[in-house]
Amino acid sequence: MTPFQYAGASDAADAVRRAEATGARYLGGGTNLVDLMRETIERPAALVDVTGFSREVIEQENSGLRIGAATRNTALAEHPLVRTRYPVLTRAIVAGATAQIRNMATVGGNLLQRTRCTYFYDDDGSRCNKRSPGQGCDALDGFNRGHAILGASKACVAVNPSDMCVALAALDAIIHLESPGGARRLPLTDLHRLPGERPDIETVLAPGELITAIELPALPISMRSGYRKVRDRASYAFALVSVAAALHIEDGHIEDVRLALGGVSHKPWRAWRAEEALRGQPASEAMFRRAADAELSEARPLKDNGFKIELARRTIVAILAQLAGEKR
Amino acid sequence: MSLREKAKQRLQATAMSMVQKAVALAPDAWVPGGDPDPLIHHRNGLIGAPIPRLDAPEKVTGTARFAAEVPLDGMLYAALVYSTIAKGRLVSLDTSAAEAAPGVALVMTHRNAPRLKPLPTFTSNLRSAAQDSLPVLQDDRIHWNGQPVALVLAETQDQADYAKSLLHPVYEPGHAITRFAEAKAAGLETGAMMGMRFKDEIGDAETVLAACPVTVDEVYSTPRHNHNALELHAVTVVWDGDDLTVHDATQKLAHTAWSLAHAFDLAELQVRVFSPYVGGGFGGKGLWQHQLLAAAAARLAGRPVRLVLSREGVYRIVGGRTLTEQRLAIGARPDGRFKALVHLGTVAMTPHNNMPEPLIMGTRGSYAARALRLEVQAARVDMIANTFMRGPGEAVGTFALESAVDELAVRLGMDPIELRLLNEPEKEPTSGLPFSLREVEKIFRDGAERFGWSRRSQTPGQRRQGEWLIGMGVARGTYPHNRMPGGAARLTVTRDGRATVEFAGQEMGMGTATVHAQVTAERLGLPMTHVIATVGDSTLPGRVMAVASAQTASFGAAIAATHKKLVKELIGLAGNDGPLAGLSPDQVGGLNAGLAKLDDPTRHESYASILSRAGQAELTVEATAPLPLETMHWSMHSHSAMFCEVRVNAVTGEIRVSRILGAFDCGRILNARTAASQFRGAIIMGIGLALMEETQFDERNGRIMNASLAEYHVPVHMDVPDIEVMWTDTPDPHAPMGAHGVGEIGITGTAAAIANAVFNATGKRIRDLPITLDKLL
Repeated sequence: MTPFQYAGASDAADAVRRAEATGARYLGGGTNLVDLMRETIERPAALVDVTGFSREVIEQENSGLRIGAATRNTALAEHPLVRTRYPVLTRAIVAGATAQIRNMATVGGNLLQRTRCTYFYDDDGSRCNKRSPGQGCDALDGFNRGHAILGASKACVAVNPSDMCVALAALDAIIHLESPGGARRLPLTDLHRLPGERPDIETVLAPGELITAIELPALPISMRSGYRKVRDRASYAFALVSVAAALHIEDGHIEDVRLALGGVSHKPWRAWRAEEALRGQPASEAMFRRAADAELSEARPLKDNGFKIELARRTIVAILAQLAGEKR
Repeated sequence: MSLREKAKQRLQATAMSMVQKAVALAPDAWVPGGDPDPLIHHRNGLIGAPIPRLDAPEKVTGTARFAAEVPLDGMLYAALVYSTIAKGRLVSLDTSAAEAAPGVALVMTHRNAPRLKPLPTFTSNLRSAAQDSLPVLQDDRIHWNGQPVALVLAETQDQADYAKSLLHPVYEPGHAITRFAEAKAAGLETGAMMGMRFKDEIGDAETVLAACPVTVDEVYSTPRHNHNALELHAVTVVWDGDDLTVHDATQKLAHTAWSLAHAFDLAELQVRVFSPYVGGGFGGKGLWQHQLLAAAAARLAGRPVRLVLSREGVYRIVGGRTLTEQRLAIGARPDGRFKALVHLGTVAMTPHNNMPEPLIMGTRGSYAARALRLEVQAARVDMIANTFMRGPGEAVGTFALESAVDELAVRLGMDPIELRLLNEPEKEPTSGLPFSLREVEKIFRDGAERFGWSRRSQTPGQRRQGEWLIGMGVARGTYPHNRMPGGAARLTVTRDGRATVEFAGQEMGMGTATVHAQVTAERLGLPMTHVIATVGDSTLPGRVMAVASAQTASFGAAIAATHKKLVKELIGLAGNDGPLAGLSPDQVGGLNAGLAKLDDPTRHESYASILSRAGQAELTVEATAPLPLETMHWSMHSHSAMFCEVRVNAVTGEIRVSRILGAFDCGRILNARTAASQFRGAIIMGIGLALMEETQFDERNGRIMNASLAEYHVPVHMDVPDIEVMWTDTPDPHAPMGAHGVGEIGITGTAAAIANAVFNATGKRIRDLPITLDKLL
C-alpha cells in the first residue's frame, strides 16, 4: 500500500472542500477501495472518510425513500420499508459478497465498486486500459468467461460487479451529489458509463463529486419484484448473469415492468428495449422470451462467455414468469 | 532433466523392480506385518475412541503459535517481487528508490544474495524437500512467470510491501513453452518417480478392446489446481553464528532441515526446524523458495526475518496439481465382464522438476481385466513446479475411470454397483500380489442400503422438483496404504506412571499428535491424560514427510518398534524376583499402568514399581521402524464407495450437491472423530474438484490470473451438504495398528460420483472438469 493522508470531514460541503484541496478520494466502508490500495491499483494521496455522514433511511412525503450514502448495505437490506416496498433491493444486496463485507460496505461506496476483471487486478503482470489508458486489454483474448456481452468495446470488456446497482437501476433510483459547484441529482442509470475508448472513466462524476444520498421514488410496481443471481457457487461469487425485475399485470396484460441485468456489461444494464416490448402485451412465456431476445439482440459474445446470452435469456424469462405467477 | 538424472532414475527403477520381485516372493513371516500388530487385538480400549484433538483448546483460544506468529527481537519483515515473464532474463532492476524508502533494511537480488548450493529434488533424493532443482536468486535467469526476483526487508510489513511496489524489473523475454499443445508437440516422456515407472502393459489391450462387443472409449480432462490452505505459507528465521533456527509451516520437517543445511553448506544438525502447528498442508506445505530466501536474507541482514506469503504469493511460488488429459477405454462382454482396460494420461511438468501426476495408480488395482494398457506421459511446460495435491493421481484418475465405468453401465443397462462388483479382481491385476484387505463389496452394499440407492431411477432425467432435476450417482475411490522409510520415535516412561512419545512428525490439523498419544496410551495401558505426544521439531527422531496418507502408519510402526524395545528393557529391569519373572517380551503387554502377562493379567507390575525397584526415575528408548517391505508383499489399498445426490437447475444449469455418503474400507479407524473429519474434508475438496476449482493459467504468458480466493473458487458452506461417512473398521492384518491412512481417500471417487449423478439428473455426460453451469445449458 502506498502511504496516504487520512482525514475526516464535518459534513458533505467540508468533505468536498477537503477533497478539492488535496485530490483526495472518499472512503466509505473500504471493502473495495482499500483492497485496491493494498494491491497498489489505487494509490490515492489522501482519503476523506465519509462513513460518519447520514445513514438515515427516511420516508419521503411522496412515500419514496431517501437513503443516506453512508448507510451500510446490511442496514439497507434489513430496513422494513425496503423489504416490503422494494424486495428486489433487499434480495440484490443479500446476494452480494458475504455478511461481513455487507456489514462494512456503504451504499455510496457500492455504487462506485470497480470491476473484478482479473487482468485489471494484475497490476504488474497484465495490460489493462482501465488501469493504464492506452496500454491494451489482455482480457479481450484472455480469460473472459465472466466478461461483458453488452456495450463492451475493443478497449474494455469488463463488467460492473455490483448486485445492488442492478436493483437500483430497475427501481429508477436517483443519486444525490455534492460538488464544488453545488448539489445536483442524477438518475442511477446515467451514473455509470460504457467503456468506449476510456474505460478508466467509469462514471459521469466530476472529480471531487461526492454521493450524498440515493432516492428511491414511490414505485408501486416494485412491491412485486425480485432478483435472481446466477453464479458458479452458492454464495460469495460474482454474478455470471443477474436479473432484477418488477412486474405489474392487469387482466393478463403487462401494465408496467422494470427490468435490469447484472454481470453482462460495464454498467448495470437497464433493459429498456425489453420493457418497451413488454408493456401492454399479454403476460406469457412466449412474450417474455421475445422481450429477452429484443434486449439481447445486440449481445456480442467473447471467447469464453457465449453462454451468457442464453443464460440471460433464460433467467429473464424465468423471473418474469415467476413474478407473473405470484399471487398479489 | 539431465542425462545423469535420467540414468539414475532408470537404475532406481531397475533396482526397485528387483527388490519388489524378491519381496513379493518372500515368506509372509519375513516381511513386516507378517505377524499382526498385537494392538489389533485390543478391543474396547482407546483405539477408535472419538477423542477430540488435544491441541484444539490452544487453537480455539489463539495460544497456538504458528510460524507467522513467532516473535523475535529485532526482526525484519520480507516482501517478494515476482517475475511477470515465463522465461528470459532480468536485464535491470533499479533498487535505489526501494532502498531509500522508509524502514527498508535492504533489497536482496541475485546480485547480492548469499551463494546457495543447488538442491536435489525430493523425488530424486530421499532426504531433500526441494520441489525443483532451480537456483534460488543466484542468477538473472527466469524460469516461470511468478519466480521471485527480489526480496525487500523492512522494519514493518507495510514498509516492505510499499518498498516492493517501487521495484520495476526490466526483462528480456525468451521463448517460453506455456501452451500445453506446444509442449506436447515438443515431446512426451513416460512418467517415472521415486523408482516407479507409470506404465503397465498386460496383453494387447487395444486389439482386445477393438474386438469387444461393448465398449466405452472417451477423453476426460481436468484443469490445473492450486493449493489454498487456510494458513498462508510463512517462515520466521534466525541465525546464531552458523546455526539456523527456522519456524516453518511444513509437512516436511526433517527434510526441510536437511535441505537448508545442504543449501547453506552446513551440517544437518546446525539447522533446527520447528513446526508444531500447520494450518493445512494437502501437499502444498513443502520447501519452496520462501524458506531459502528468508534464511538468505536473514544472513545478509544479520537479523531475524519473517516472510509470510500473500495469497497471491502462494499462487506464484507454490505449485499445484497439473492439468490432465485422459483417454479411458473399457471393453466388455455383453454380461459386463471387462476384457480390456486402457487408461492413458497426459500431464504437464516443468523442465526442472519431476512430478508426473500418477493418475493410473487407482486403475492398477481396481478391476479385473486380462488386457491392460496404462501409462502417464508428461510434457514440459515453463511454469511453477507442479507438486502433490491431496490424492495425487487418484483424485483426477478416478474421475476418468469411474465416469467411464458409469458410462459402460448405461450402455449395458446394468446397475453401476453390480457392474463394479462383477469385475472385482481376486488379486491385484498389474502386480499379481494378494490383497491384504479388500471389502469392496461390503462398502458398496452397506453404503447403498444407507443411502437409499434403490430409489434411483436408472433412466436419467426422471426426478424433478420445480426447476430442479434430481439425480444419484456412485463411484469407487481408492488410495494405496503407504508407509515411508525413516520412521523413528523416542518413548519415555516415568516413575509416576506417565509417558512421553516424541517424533519428528507434522501436525497439519488432522490430529497426528492426538492419535499417537491415543495409540501409545493403549499400548502402555495408560490413560490418555498420562501420555504426551510431541511433534514438530526436526531434531526429534524420524525422517518422514506427512505425505501420501502415510504419516500415521510410518510413525505408528516406529512407535510399535519403540514400545517393543521399551517392554524388553522393562522386563530386564523387572528381573527375576517380581511377578513378571521369567516372562519374555512377547508374553506381556501394557495394562493398568504397567506390564502384565497377556493370558494371565494377575501377573502384573506397574511401571512405577519396576522403575523404583531399579532405582530409575525414568526409562527412555528410541527405535526405528523396519523398512516398509509389506507394501511390496501385499497389495495394500483403501477403498471407498461414494454416493451422491445432486440437483441441477433446468433453467440455469446451476448444480447443488444435496447429499453425499462415503463408505470406507480403510482398515481399523484409530479415532472416529479425527478420521470422520479427514473423510469429510477430503469429500468437500472433491466437491470443489468436481464443480469449481480451476487455476486460470493464461497460456499466452504462463501467468496465473485468478490468484485469489475471490476468483479461485473452492466450496463455501452453502455448497456443502450433509456428508455422511461410515466405515468397516476391519483391521488390515498386515498394517501397523491394522490401520490405513485416511487423509486422501475421501477426495478420490468424489468427482466421478458427482459427475455420474449429474448424468443421472440430466442425461448430460460432462467429461471435462469442473462441471460448471455453462456446460449444462
